[in-house]
Amino acid sequence: MLKYTEDHEWLKQDGDEVTVGITAHASEQLGDVVFVELPEIGREVEKGEEIVVIESVKAASDIVAPISGEIVAVNDDLADNPGAVNDDAMAAWFFRIKPAAGEAIDGFMDEAAYKELIG
Amino acid sequence: MAELKRTPLYDLHVSLGGKMVPFAGWEMPVQFPMGVMGEHLHTRGKAGLFDVSHMGQVILRAPSGKAADAAQVLETAVPANIVGLGEGRQRYGLFTNEQGGILDDLMIANRGDHLFLVVNAACADQDIALLRKLDGVSVEPITDRALLALQGPEAVRVLSALIPAVAEMKFMDVAVLDWDGAEMWVSRSGYTGEDGFEISVPADRAEAFAKALLADEAVAPIGLGARDSLRLEAGMPLYGHDMDADVTPGAAALGWSIPKIRRTGGEREGGFPGADVILPELAEGAASKRIGLRPEGRAPIREGVAIYDAAEGGAQIGTVCSGGFGPSVGGPVAMAILPSGLSDGDTVYAELRGKRVPVKVSDLPFIKPDYKR
Repeated sequence: MLKYTEDHEWLKQDGDEVTVGITAHASEQLGDVVFVELPEIGREVEKGEEIVVIESVKAASDIVAPISGEIVAVNDDLADNPGAVNDDAMAAWFFRIKPAAGEAIDGFMDEAAYKELIG
Repeated sequence: MAELKRTPLYDLHVSLGGKMVPFAGWEMPVQFPMGVMGEHLHTRGKAGLFDVSHMGQVILRAPSGKAADAAQVLETAVPANIVGLGEGRQRYGLFTNEQGGILDDLMIANRGDHLFLVVNAACADQDIALLRKLDGVSVEPITDRALLALQGPEAVRVLSALIPAVAEMKFMDVAVLDWDGAEMWVSRSGYTGEDGFEISVPADRAEAFAKALLADEAVAPIGLGARDSLRLEAGMPLYGHDMDADVTPGAAALGWSIPKIRRTGGEREGGFPGADVILPELAEGAASKRIGLRPEGRAPIREGVAIYDAAEGGAQIGTVCSGGFGPSVGGPVAMAILPSGLSDGDTVYAELRGKRVPVKVSDLPFIKPDYKR
């Protein structure tokens, strides 16, 4: 299942884990990404908490946790190659989160709704 | 909010895919489809075309029709050697206030029978009002000309194909030259650390001229984003960031623009606003000074980030005034006004999102300029 947030994150559910990245639209808006700061594995995060910092040539921005849960993996490749976010935003995932009890991504936008959002 | 002004190149920017943003009262391109990183590297590698028409162009004349007389008057507002500026030459200077702070920075060109000034867009109204208060000069804001900058190692080849005489110009030379019947005011200067030119063009010929430059495959249009990263790497201060009405020339590390002749004991000592603050500070050395910083990690430190003298505790010793990622340096670079005495290689600490990160003091500029002296 692939879903999208209003903060321009994509969420992909595989079993009981959700992989999170940013959309191509977001990466275009950010411009050239030069640095990514990822959360620690094992960290319990609350929905809405800022957990990733993305620095582009232009500015710093955050990614917030789309749901509450535990960070179970991060994409360390981004430390060496932050530009991967610009090259292929759908492949350059940031972290995987194991949703807390009762958390689900069903309610987020599907692709059609997201496309409508960004026009 | 007042309506944003548009330069004569607005339509061209839009047609080239420029992302337009409000800047100092103008609608300006912040980037083109190439993106800030690509535009920055293109300028350092080939040639970048910048629209700087938002900047203020002003002619200053004395009734005698001699630039030297206008220079004498301007020296009462600007602590530079303007009287000694040769015809066909340009120089950098500062408007200062009574407290010794900087009101704006500007370029001053001697064009024989008058001075030609280029001032910052955001300060232009203030500067023109200030100039109009000076006795013995007339002030003509130039509103019917665009200002373009062509910067980078290929700039001279590209521009001399259109205007051959520019090849003979040296860094900071100015000349009035013809292009296809249009009067072009050319200076070999710019604000990127690269060899290049600034060209004032009649507004109605600006688009044709820009297109003629862009027809060369070495030339790409460049937005404000790369303009900022280029000047930061070149260690050049930007008004409103690295200097303002509360920052003295000494603290901004711009004492070099105030030559011996205007300093204590010089032939035309003082006589400008704030001299009683600025000159003793230059003589004794400023207590704090703008310096370069190189964060050790990859995370950029940007304007407003606090700088400390220790990894934990300690005292805040300053704040980043300009910072970001330097595409040619390949890492983050920044400038801050910090207590004097720090030298190249010393470590200070930036507080970034609640964590202190080590930052090395670095000589400016971060890149080696390639001016044709």
